[in-house]
Amino acid sequence: MTAIQQQSGAEILLRALRDQGVEVIFGYPGGAVLPIYDAIYQQNSIRHILVRHEQAAVHAAEGYARSTGKVGVVLVTSGPGATNAVTGLVDALMDSIPVVCLTGQVPTHLIGNDAFQEADTTGITRAATKQNYLVRQSEDLARTVHEAFHIARSGRPGPVLIDLPKDILIAPAPYQPASAEPHRSYRPVTEPDPSRIKEAVRLLKSAKRPIVYSGGGVINAGDAASAALVEFVRVTGMPCTSTLMGLGAYPSNDPQFLGMLGMHGTYEANNAMHGCDVMLNIGARFDDRVTGRLNAFSPDSRKIHADIDPSSINKNVVVDVPIIGDAGLVMQALLAAWHADDTRQDREGLASWWRQIDAWRAVDSLKFTQNPAPGSIIKPQHAIRRLYEITRETGRDTFISTEVGQHQMWAAQHFRFDKPNRWMTSGGLGTMGYGLPAAAGVQIAHPDALVIDVAGEASILMNIQEMATLAQYRLPVKVFILNNQYMGMVRQWQELLHGSRYSESYSEALPDFVKLADAFHGVGLRATSVDDLDRVIREMIAIDRPVIADICVDQKENCFPMIPSGAAHNEMILGPEHQDRAAAVTDEGLMLV
Amino acid sequence: MSDETPHPAAAPTFSSREAAALPRRSATISVLVENESGVLARVIGLFAGRGYNIDSLTVASVDAGGSRSRINIVTSGSDMVIEQIKAQLTRLVPVYRIAELSQEGPHLARELAMVKVISDGANRAEALRLAEAFRARVIDATVESFVFELTGGTQKLDSFIELLRPIGLAEVSRTGVAAIARGTRMLSSKH
Ligand SMILES: Cc1ncc(C[n+]2csc(CCOP(=O)(O)OP(=O)(O)O)c2C)c(N)n1
Ligand SMILES: [Mg+2]
Repeated sequence: MTAIQQQSGAEILLRALRDQGVEVIFGYPGGAVLPIYDAIYQQNSIRHILVRHEQAAVHAAEGYARSTGKVGVVLVTSGPGATNAVTGLVDALMDSIPVVCLTGQVPTHLIGNDAFQEADTTGITRAATKQNYLVRQSEDLARTVHEAFHIARSGRPGPVLIDLPKDILIAPAPYQPASAEPHRSYRPVTEPDPSRIKEAVRLLKSAKRPIVYSGGGVINAGDAASAALVEFVRVTGMPCTSTLMGLGAYPSNDPQFLGMLGMHGTYEANNAMHGCDVMLNIGARFDDRVTGRLNAFSPDSRKIHADIDPSSINKNVVVDVPIIGDAGLVMQALLAAWHADDTRQDREGLASWWRQIDAWRAVDSLKFTQNPAPGSIIKPQHAIRRLYEITRETGRDTFISTEVGQHQMWAAQHFRFDKPNRWMTSGGLGTMGYGLPAAAGVQIAHPDALVIDVAGEASILMNIQEMATLAQYRLPVKVFILNNQYMGMVRQWQELLHGSRYSESYSEALPDFVKLADAFHGVGLRATSVDDLDRVIREMIAIDRPVIADICVDQKENCFPMIPSGAAHNEMILGPEHQDRAAAVTDEGLMLV
Repeated sequence: MSDETPHPAAAPTFSSREAAALPRRSATISVLVENESGVLARVIGLFAGRGYNIDSLTVASVDAGGSRSRINIVTSGSDMVIEQIKAQLTRLVPVYRIAELSQEGPHLARELAMVKVISDGANRAEALRLAEAFRARVIDATVESFVFELTGGTQKLDSFIELLRPIGLAEVSRTGVAAIARGTRMLSSKH
């Protein structure tokens, strides 16, 4: 050894992470990563959060990333540690969340031998990551870590995995700082084509019935992108709708906001999408939850689509003006071009379009009836509305995560977000079990904020072990369960599409959530009737510890409005009175999920 | 690839709404990739995972240091699907450059086949005559068999093989298509 003590691979790894600005790792130890855990033990600058399941480590990193704009970091062992992480990786891939996942691997000389806890991790995760690496040589280690962070956070963000054989972690390795050189082959385009921007502005100015449809890409592009979106919508006077993933980029309480669009979107948002003549899609991907039946989607509009990922453009829907670029840069360019272009905007057309939209709005498609009499059963929508109103009264910075199901959609419809990065939900993959670990990740990043997981009684059991993580790190996350004793979303589809045959969707043998909270060193609360609700919400918020609030809600409530699968935007079921429309769903529609 | 490089952010436009319904066509796509482990699996996985066809695929390293490989893929689909394939390939991290040779100008496409014929008598003589007509070379011969080597476009190879079928065709081994643009156009990385 030379005069300078050479560092081990594990130490070099941590040094590279520090240089990348990493402050927190979510992980779970095991044989293959013991050298890393040993190095973690001997330093203080990176904090390790011990989760209770590797899937939760990835969701926690997603929550951390989504709420901060930073890269979330995961550390798990080989074999089962890596395979447990796969769901989280696909979740991050689908929702474009920047995550770097470090997995242990058996030593290089044993790879391919079916060694103990060996899995072909790079093989298994190839379709679950934006990019993955197996580090075979110590001299590649530091460079690979820097490259992984660059790829995870740039372009369309996503999960990147680095598989680390144990011998590489133990052997001495050289350090290289992050290179300023651009990547050899990977060069995402961020600057939009100016001629396309001009074309888009001309189209938008001549529009009689324009709409802005914004998505998660705007959130990913940072606060400046959301600010530019807001300014553009205000300057142009256009209506704006958002996907599930985009909520918060445009303030929900603003009169120009039409609410969420898509399968459970508002009547005005979906009708405006259907009837518009020019559509500006910024950072959304024409997902099937949004478009409904493709051949009936917004039939009379010219479409402008801006996305950082060229493969999102013309994938599902043919567009007229494709723009490749970063959502923030695109919005800023559109705004500048809007001011520079001297074509007159069709303000008269826009005014009559707004009259039409206001008529749709008057339908009040999110309405529900809550019986206020003491002892009445709680409507789930009412529970979310009150949660929103009471948290707003407190004035605290509030972050909401969700599980997957009806409660998720009700939260999207009735909780109003006015800032980006406050809403964490599994949109693309729809992963039950996402919300609790994601909330833990958010709370780690924002220790003083109010962090609430809006959950269903079925979903919450998928990662309930994370209550122990909350207890260990004193994370005062609130789990707000809309307990309808059903896998409500499954039950709703069975009611509407399968003759009310509730096959396996009843939540039998539920735990007592109040006692469960207690067992996990938290506080359990329960509301069984409408007069309990406000008190329970206030108490939940006031308690500075993990809380499970078991909100017993109407078991048979359905989530409306709804565009049944295979239907068009203007074939919406507004409420129970239109439920028979689902009977018209074709076999082709039945095949869709 | 061409001199008048389009803006890097220029995505293709489709002239009509019916573009999606256009008839299928064949496309020859060349992809220049970093020669890292798993890159071929990523490309093939992309085609399998998204349900695209692979009619032919060839791969070999093409630079002096062996750090870059060229993958040639023959696929088919509607215009919209082929644009999707190109966009999906472009966004793979280890991909430097892709070009649809069949679209960007005149190009050459060749493959090599080794064809074994086992026959006797008149069939054996006929096989030799056909090989001569197609300019195939005899690269192995025994009293009962020949192995012919033939290079050319896919259709030429197909018809040679078809003609041999009734007269003792025993086994075929083909390389798949290698393709290159005519003239000075190159599939070199812009970076
Ligand atoms: C991991 C996983 N398994 C299955 C599903 C299918 N699924 C979607 S919603 C749902 C029911 C969720 O029930 P619950 O958490 O009680 O929420 P609710 O719909 O009742 O609000 C199921 C099973 C899923 N999304 N994720
Ligand atoms: Mg439920």
